[in-house]
Amino acid sequence: MTWEIVIGLEVHTQLSTNTKIFSGASTAFGAEPNTQADAVSIALPGVLPVLNKGAVERAIKFGLATGSHIAPRSVFARKNYFYPDLPKGYQISQFDLPVVGQGALTIQVEPLSGNAKPYEKTVRITRAHLEEDAGKSMHGDFHGMTGIDLNRAGTPLLEIVSEPDMSSAAEAVAYAKTLHTLVRWIGICDGNMQEGSFRCDVNVSVRKPGQPLGTRREIKNLNSFKFMQQAIDYEVQWQIDTIENGGKVHQATILFNPDTGETRAMRSKEDAHDYRYFPDPDLLPLEISSEWIEQVRAMLPELQQQKYARFMIELGGDSGLSSSDIRFLTASREMADFFETVLAAVPKDAKMCANWIMGEVSAQLNRDGLDMAQCPITARQLGGMLQRIADGTISNSGAKEVFRTMWAEGGDADAVIEAKGLKQVSDSGAIEALVDEIIADNADKVAEYRSGKDKLFGFFVGLAMKASKGKANPAQLNDILKKKLEG
Amino acid sequence: MSLSLADVEKVARLARLAMNDQELQAAQAQLNNIFGLIAEMQAVDTKGVEPMSHSQDLAQRLREDMVTEPDQREAFQAVAPQVEQGLYLVPQVIE
Repeated sequence: MTWEIVIGLEVHTQLSTNTKIFSGASTAFGAEPNTQADAVSIALPGVLPVLNKGAVERAIKFGLATGSHIAPRSVFARKNYFYPDLPKGYQISQFDLPVVGQGALTIQVEPLSGNAKPYEKTVRITRAHLEEDAGKSMHGDFHGMTGIDLNRAGTPLLEIVSEPDMSSAAEAVAYAKTLHTLVRWIGICDGNMQEGSFRCDVNVSVRKPGQPLGTRREIKNLNSFKFMQQAIDYEVQWQIDTIENGGKVHQATILFNPDTGETRAMRSKEDAHDYRYFPDPDLLPLEISSEWIEQVRAMLPELQQQKYARFMIELGGDSGLSSSDIRFLTASREMADFFETVLAAVPKDAKMCANWIMGEVSAQLNRDGLDMAQCPITARQLGGMLQRIADGTISNSGAKEVFRTMWAEGGDADAVIEAKGLKQVSDSGAIEALVDEIIADNADKVAEYRSGKDKLFGFFVGLAMKASKGKANPAQLNDILKKKLEG
Repeated sequence: MSLSLADVEKVARLARLAMNDQELQAAQAQLNNIFGLIAEMQAVDTKGVEPMSHSQDLAQRLREDMVTEPDQREAFQAVAPQVEQGLYLVPQVIE
């Protein structure tokens, strides 16, 4: 009998504000230790928290983008525990009245097993709440002591909690990736997983179909999609083996070790989960008016799914872009913006734009290990070059050279075309003269062609291209050559 | 409702308070007095009254997202028991 896997995620997204959630200290990454730890961050006695409007605004954006309920009134609570990177002795979070309520996220699942087809699924979002991040502990060489850096303390987090709606590692990864794309798309989080801006906790349990939920274990702090998949696969197998061997799964917090590919339980402290939440008397309830929500709604960009649907209508169809083209071009906000800027230069040539972006641009980015945001050619530059293809100034092979030059050295297409002399000859008089000369020099081959050896056409094209140093407009050359050869 | 001695011990442990038996018993008596007061309040009919989360009927004031706090590490660390390489040092904590 098979096992059913039940997975829910809690994702901590660091919000992309300039300052901390409760004070005006900077949140810039990578500063010298404790230089951004102000009196509030280090919890000096007597300080008071003042809520950052930018953090609330980002929470509203997230709520709107996921069709979630946005609470007109929400409350901050203290979550009490002792740890040196939390100098107050409590974390300010939200408990029973979070800022964002129920919503949903639609995901595209690419099954990991070979022949299964991709499918769509909707994952319900339980809630999302605002809270502050803790500092960092350094276990280096400090004479048996621990070093504490409180720069990160007080950085705003939006913790996004899903329902346990996922039933495989593939679905969990698809959900996390979709969420990752969304928070970057709407500009509330930079999504940098190495720097810890997007951290996932995964709750996993197994059960026999139709049975009540099994006991879950929570894999903490996964900061890569690959590790998430490995950790879930390992954990699921561990739970199944444990139960099938007559054992019992106990609720626990566990860590994934990427080096061994295994999960292990953290030493659980007896009172670890007794957080004694209560409303923080230092903070009044947060009120969000419907006017504010509407203002934020007006600032929201066109979302990924909306853009996909619009492109399908405007650019799809038999002669246009395929759904997989459009999926590729809307994979990230950077990609979609890039494509739209290029398209604006040559609005009638969507397919050409798509081919260049999915072909040359992506291949070069891969080769150079860059992502879209680091592309050395701007969308405007590429659009300028495509205009020169569209109006016949350069051939496709000429364009490839222009592209390589712009990639390596920068500059606009027109300047590169000029400097490299890549302008196509579209002057029909010049092409005719060239063709006349070839016909005169190759009388025997012309005779063969005229007697029915059609294949020789390519031979003449080759000669003419060579004579024009590759600059003859190919379409025009074909026409003229055909006419003259036919006599 | 009244607190057992074990409850008091647990709360003390959670608050990292070291208390001897005498102190625990004194705290138990004091806390149970407070619970008496709470019991009285809970007897009041509050049907239809929205629970308050703050004693003042006001909404939270918000701050613009602008940096206002300069680096004062030197001043703060001058009063810290031990610092090194810009870090506050504390007794070792390893999970």
